[in-house]
Amino acid sequence: MLSIKQLSLAFGRYQKRNQVLHEVSFSMQAGEKLALVGESGSGKSVTALSVLGLHEKGQVHYPSGEIVFQGQDLLHSSEAELRRVRGSKIAMIFQEPMTSLNPVYPIGNQLVEPLMLHENLSYAAAKKHMIELLDRTGIPEPHKRFDSFPHMLSGGQRQRVMIAMALACHPDLLIADEPTTALDVTIQLQILELLNDMQKEFGMGILLITHDLGIVREFSDRVCVMQQGRLVEEQPVQGLFDAPKHPYTQTLLDSRPDQSAPDNSGVKTHLPPLLEGKQLNCEFTIKSGFFRRKTGSVKAVDQVDLTLHQGETLGIVGESGSGKSTLGMCLLRLQDCEGDIYFDETALQGLSQRQLRPMRSAFQVVFQDPYSSLSPRMTVEQIVGEGLEIHQPHLSKAQRRERVIAVLEEVGLEANMIWRYPHEFSGGQRQRIAIARVIILEPRLILLDEPTSALDVSVQKQVLALLKDLQQRHHISYLFISHDLKVVRSMSHRVIVMQKGQFIEQAETETLFQAPQHPYTQSLLKAALFA
Amino acid sequence: MLGVVTLVFLLIHIVPGDPVEVMLGESAQIADREALRQALGLDQPLFTQWWQYIQNLAQGDLGQSLHSRAEISSIIAERLPATFELALASLLVAVVIALPLGMFAAWKVNTIWDRLSMGFSLLGVSIPNFWLGPLLILFFSLYLGWLPVSGRESFSAIILPALTLGTALAAILARMVRASLLEILNEDYIRTARAKGLSEQVVLWKHAMRNAALPVTTILGLQLGALLGGAVITEIIFSWPGVGYTLVEAIQRRDYPLVQASVLMVSLSYIIINRLTDLVYALIDPRIRLAE
Repeated sequence: MLSIKQLSLAFGRYQKRNQVLHEVSFSMQAGEKLALVGESGSGKSVTALSVLGLHEKGQVHYPSGEIVFQGQDLLHSSEAELRRVRGSKIAMIFQEPMTSLNPVYPIGNQLVEPLMLHENLSYAAAKKHMIELLDRTGIPEPHKRFDSFPHMLSGGQRQRVMIAMALACHPDLLIADEPTTALDVTIQLQILELLNDMQKEFGMGILLITHDLGIVREFSDRVCVMQQGRLVEEQPVQGLFDAPKHPYTQTLLDSRPDQSAPDNSGVKTHLPPLLEGKQLNCEFTIKSGFFRRKTGSVKAVDQVDLTLHQGETLGIVGESGSGKSTLGMCLLRLQDCEGDIYFDETALQGLSQRQLRPMRSAFQVVFQDPYSSLSPRMTVEQIVGEGLEIHQPHLSKAQRRERVIAVLEEVGLEANMIWRYPHEFSGGQRQRIAIARVIILEPRLILLDEPTSALDVSVQKQVLALLKDLQQRHHISYLFISHDLKVVRSMSHRVIVMQKGQFIEQAETETLFQAPQHPYTQSLLKAALFA
Repeated sequence: MLGVVTLVFLLIHIVPGDPVEVMLGESAQIADREALRQALGLDQPLFTQWWQYIQNLAQGDLGQSLHSRAEISSIIAERLPATFELALASLLVAVVIALPLGMFAAWKVNTIWDRLSMGFSLLGVSIPNFWLGPLLILFFSLYLGWLPVSGRESFSAIILPALTLGTALAAILARMVRASLLEILNEDYIRTARAKGLSEQVVLWKHAMRNAALPVTTILGLQLGALLGGAVITEIIFSWPGVGYTLVEAIQRRDYPLVQASVLMVSLSYIIINRLTDLVYALIDPRIRLAE
């Protein structure tokens, strides 16, 4: 049905061309489920967008290759010919259902577009058809939802709407570009099941683009592995997992986090706890109307107690909106809350921000996004050394540089990188810089808020190893916030599961993973182990 | 509002000059001047005058013009429609020029067409009103004889002042339209729209334009406010009997109540336009509607 031959692609103009695809070839049968796997920058999304010619005009060049779909060469088709294929024979869904729907139109308005365009249906007929499809994708009360705006729907519902829209004209091929990456694990499972059901019902082929090997294993028939713009391996799914041929595939498979908890010999349970929170509450009020009166509130953190020992990693798990990040912010007094917080037996509540400031070097934060959390106009030396200037002002410039270089080497970067700016680094390197910035202050506690969620699996593995190594050397305690249960399992000594601001279960890591008590934990684990 | 009124009241009285002197001329007798001053209430302490003015204002009484003795409310009522007319006409000119220009530039981004459009708009921003106005008069009225030089007698009289005011506004607006469209065209939902097979025209007009309209509306609102009060230069060049023209006349004659009333009108229009802009926002973007 679809065959891509010797496809090469370059971005940019004239001399500055940057080739991102190198002679990629693969083909798909009708009704087949093919997964295109690779890390960021491997060219998997670029390949998919080429099929529909969705790249910005004038930005891409194809030195060689062809994309043939049902006998039509899409690469050399005119824009008008391509438009007849888009949305009718080949449809696409994207990673971010949040931003993939136009915020200013009701979903119904957007849903009817493909049918009215490609099948010349009237609005009323298209509406009737789409409401049926919405129903089939599991949207409750589809006739009411039809007039809702995208922001009124949950993330999972929006992705269902996207799927309904893609299926409107019964496409022969559905391209799904990371369709579940932006969703919570339990929702991920539902969406994948829905895609599976729809594939059976409509008999279309699905080209699944993903970085997640767990999804590949459950979902696809055949796998193509891509690395740096080249197709390095193509195999039926079972063969790939049993006997990977290419060393890169091997690396990918090995990058999955260890499925066992770290040993807790370094945890000092005999000493008083490093951090203690008692009866923590944090409420956000909702104000509305002309006079901004309080009309409701959301309890982000609800009657929570926790302790963290020296050298221990406490994993906090929950889906988006569960309050896990807010709790972290509260514990470090970066967010106001009620209740008592003790750090090394000192009460933090009641101290002013000015009084807290000298203590802050002992408890530090690493954020999720290494792209936006580093100032783009500062050099690595300035970023890493900034904390020292504040907390240890007596150091001379030369001493400071010495410390910066030592710390950079400790996190696996090189001394000559101090002059460079963040944009010159990869995601993994940036996260190392962010860790270096924190480690240089010799903290006793680090709050890690989804520290590896934005990273590729192979890089994630390295960063996690670095964090474990640092913990053993410096006896640091970690508060490890994550939605990824596999990562949490490999990192944490103890795990807390949060839902709607409350702790619903806490236990030693292995106990929790082997015998979860609460039904929510069970469903979370089921979804996580599948995906 | 009270702050605006008081500030203007103080400023106008600080400015040197005497309305009585302007009215009677320099050769007038001292006794006559005193009599007139008393009749107009200008001999009272400043605070008493201010209090009197605020009290009257609260009752909707704008007072009388010192110069013509006419009711100020009727002067304003006569002049305001002219300003309004001019502001709306210029706005129309601006939108008609800017929308296609900005869209065209965004559509053909980084081509010679884009650069030409933006060069043209740069020219529009740079040309001062007091130069463009007379130039247009020279060409269209005096040389070609198509349009009247000044006044507000016929419909065709509005064309030149509206063109003068609209050019600068169109230039700013075109840049705004281009910039916000370019930003919107990078959004994920534009890619979704293209993936459905919609044509570039539908993508641009339906999916991109309405989103791009938000920042454009902001600028439009601010500029409209400025037009309602600040078209002073253009109104004078074309002898357009609007609020701006009135204001300058009143300042020259030290006609205190008229100056105050004119400024009051201008600030009031700003506030109203601001509220209107918010309403338009809510019409464009459903997320804002929900938050209200």
